[in-house]
Amino acid sequence: MKTKTRDLLTKNIVTIVFVILCILGIIASQQPLPFIFKELLTRVGRNTFLVLALIIPVIAGMGLNFGITIGAMAAQIVMIFAISYGATGFGGFMLCMVLSTPIAALFGYLTGVVLNKTIGQEMITSMILGFFANGLYQLLFLFLVGTVLPIGNEMYLIPGGVGVVNTIDLKGNLMYALDDLWSLKVPTVLIIAGAICTALLVWMQMKNKATQTKDQKKASYARIGMGLSLLVVGLVLNFTTNMYRFFDVPMITALFIILIAVFNIAIFKTKMGHDFRTVGQDKHIAHVSGVNVEKRRVLSIVISTVLAAWGQIIFLQNLGTLNTYGSHVQISTFAIAALLIGGASVTKATVGQAVLGVILFHTLFIVSPMAGKNLFGNAQVGEYFRTFIAYGVIGLSLGLHAWKTFAAQQRKDKIDLE
Amino acid sequence: MNNIMLELKEISKLYGENQVLNKVSFSVEKGEILCLLGENGAGKSTLMNILFGMPVIHSTGGYAGEILLDGQVVNINTPEKAMELGIGMVHQEFMLIPGFTVAENIKLNREVTKGNPISQVFGKDYRTLDYKTMNRDAREALDKLEIGIDEYAKVEGLPVGYMQFIEIAREIDKKNIRLLVFDEPTAVLTESEADNLIKAMKHLAAQGIAIIFITHRLDEVTACSQHVVILRDGGLVAAKKTSDTNTVELAELMVGRKIEKLVQNEENRNVEKSETIISMKNFKVGMPGEMVKGIDLDIKRGEIIGIGGLAGQGKIGVANGLMGLFPASGEVTLNGEPLVLNAPMASLKKKLAFVSEDRKGVGLLLDEPIDLNIAITAMQVKDDFLKKVVFFNQIDEAKVKRHAEEMVKLFDIRCTGTEQKTRRLSGGNQQKVCLARAITLEPEVLLVSEPTRGIDIGAKKLVLDTLIELNRKKNMTIIMTSSELAELRSICDRIAIVSEGKLVGVLKPDDSDAKYGLYMSGKTDMPGEVL
Repeated sequence: MKTKTRDLLTKNIVTIVFVILCILGIIASQQPLPFIFKELLTRVGRNTFLVLALIIPVIAGMGLNFGITIGAMAAQIVMIFAISYGATGFGGFMLCMVLSTPIAALFGYLTGVVLNKTIGQEMITSMILGFFANGLYQLLFLFLVGTVLPIGNEMYLIPGGVGVVNTIDLKGNLMYALDDLWSLKVPTVLIIAGAICTALLVWMQMKNKATQTKDQKKASYARIGMGLSLLVVGLVLNFTTNMYRFFDVPMITALFIILIAVFNIAIFKTKMGHDFRTVGQDKHIAHVSGVNVEKRRVLSIVISTVLAAWGQIIFLQNLGTLNTYGSHVQISTFAIAALLIGGASVTKATVGQAVLGVILFHTLFIVSPMAGKNLFGNAQVGEYFRTFIAYGVIGLSLGLHAWKTFAAQQRKDKIDLE
Repeated sequence: MNNIMLELKEISKLYGENQVLNKVSFSVEKGEILCLLGENGAGKSTLMNILFGMPVIHSTGGYAGEILLDGQVVNINTPEKAMELGIGMVHQEFMLIPGFTVAENIKLNREVTKGNPISQVFGKDYRTLDYKTMNRDAREALDKLEIGIDEYAKVEGLPVGYMQFIEIAREIDKKNIRLLVFDEPTAVLTESEADNLIKAMKHLAAQGIAIIFITHRLDEVTACSQHVVILRDGGLVAAKKTSDTNTVELAELMVGRKIEKLVQNEENRNVEKSETIISMKNFKVGMPGEMVKGIDLDIKRGEIIGIGGLAGQGKIGVANGLMGLFPASGEVTLNGEPLVLNAPMASLKKKLAFVSEDRKGVGLLLDEPIDLNIAITAMQVKDDFLKKVVFFNQIDEAKVKRHAEEMVKLFDIRCTGTEQKTRRLSGGNQQKVCLARAITLEPEVLLVSEPTRGIDIGAKKLVLDTLIELNRKKNMTIIMTSSELAELRSICDRIAIVSEGKLVGVLKPDDSDAKYGLYMSGKTDMPGEVL
């Protein structure tokens, strides 16, 4: 029992540390909970999709795909041109999604081909590829647009006619194109979600009753309990006076996220997903048993890049401003940090970890400036802190991974000797 | 004789100029177990590679001869074709994925799938895995072997003994399987596990599957097979009914007599009475694939001692362990003082020098010139070839070059000059560079592993002559590890035979072939009446 608890602790140490940090941060920031919740709601809707784009390459054994930056560039290329030619609203949004797909797929394919030549160094290669692609991206928007390539509206050009302006306001064209389609209040969403979850879980429990073990039964009842409590919380919020009743949940955005989460789970139940797992576990054995390892690896990167492009479009429509030369730069770092905080590692990641990670990471983002101000009299300290966190957690996670591999090898050597 | 399933007719294979198989013919009957015996390099694996249509055969010019399956000539040019024809192989190293369940491993890349709406549109990559059927099929295959492993357990936690069975289950799950090759499956198993495996093999044979069983444990041969085929140096030595032979005869046939003594009997050579220089007690080395599992051995000053045995049995591990290149444990004393293990520098400082079997990986700095390669270890260990310039040690290039030139003359290294990169040298000359470097250290004990592997006969003789000369003139103790028994017997004073990580015994160079054969397969008891 004691070792079990210790195992649980060491395995989830990163997540546990961040839960504690978040709680301390919330206390130190002295912000009302509803405010934090509202901010968090926006940020979760904005970022989760991008983080989910990372999962498949991890399972396919290619580590954390820093190359999602390239997917984001594909999205921004399409968005800038689409906006300049007058794309607006949900139609414009879908147009961007559709047009960015082949471009992102091509970029992903090229990335995948390079990564196949640098087996074992996928992470650093994808990061450097991101920097390299950024150079080409700047060439496109600083020089080619206005000289060689036409743009729909001169107002998006830097005065002088060459190059695209630094920031593009999405207000009036794509801002909230997805979020504003349909939204419901928080309590209503909780009631609906709670009801659906409970019904689904009860149905599953009925179906599996005959074959399940005692532990499975316990877990199943615990899940039903959680579904019910969602429902209860929703009802309580709905019929009492509180702030949460006024917060909107963008339903279509949520639906997109749920769809992609389901996709990430379902794909591993298919032949293709199973091949990803096989390749991720052992490339050599996969090859010997006839799996086309290189093709699968490329495919996993293509999927990841396309999802990243879609994720970036969702991200920007919510944010409302497109920073031509900056919006894509840090998304891979932040998405990866979020995933790692959720408890994922270089070789293992789940949808649950992605969602938990986004919640923890962005809670910290929301509270740290205020906490910094209250504790040190300076909001900048909080800013520093959160940048420090993002890079620190990635470095820590990579270090832990290397250390774990090393320790496992040492243990194996020791056993071999005995 | 209508029962013959597979017939090999005069199979020959050349790798370049090298004849690795020379007109080998034999046949396998339906439902029988045939044992294939032979030393390393006898041609067993080449033969099996031909049978499986491995790319390595066809990219090097194919083979000569015919393979007949059920009386029909077949052309097996890819592994897929072999599988199609119902030929399966159980690998020695496990082709299993630890994170997957037993059933997933058995069905690896042959997963059972079922359609769904999405796969209708996007194709068969999107079909869902049918775990129920997969588990059922896996269960069936495991039941055929009469083994009670849970099909949904993860392979990770299973004992090694089970893994072999999962591999076999994978092969028999392929519905058309007719011929199974077991490539030294018992090498990694304990005795009782091996017994279980043989039971399972007999069980399969009884169901009509023909089995080719490669092993070096002679008692297993007599325990399970109907026929035995022995290869030596690429040629067929004997194909016999197992009931007509015995382990001693098999051992003799396997080793054969092909020894040419390089040293004449010297009157006053009496190394056995000299003092002990290295003494190992319960010496263990964790070298992957060459585990040493506890050896007690005393080495005398001034002798050439050979360490022999089959590949993967641990003979290579001994020298690597002494040099601290792989994790080692146990008690080792050198000149009566304890030797610090797991520290290459400590071993070097104690005047041990090593010529590695991995010439290109460990032995040489391939992109550096000959002279630097010869001097580099001496620079590190003895601060030789260095000159002090203010605060910094600089390489004394003139001295390095002078020394290299001496060595080139001494060893007759064929090169364009001492500044030639070692990558460009032939295998024999690379080996001479390695030797030259080891000698530059002026060691008391020289460890050489596989000194003649991959070099031509002329160079071979020169290397061996050099070793003898070093031993006789400088009284250097030499520990020589080699897969070539003949080579060991031609120059060594004593030969220690290692099998399954343990010392079987120490033999004299002029002991009988049968004795060598038995020792190599891990047995020491000689049935007295035969000799």
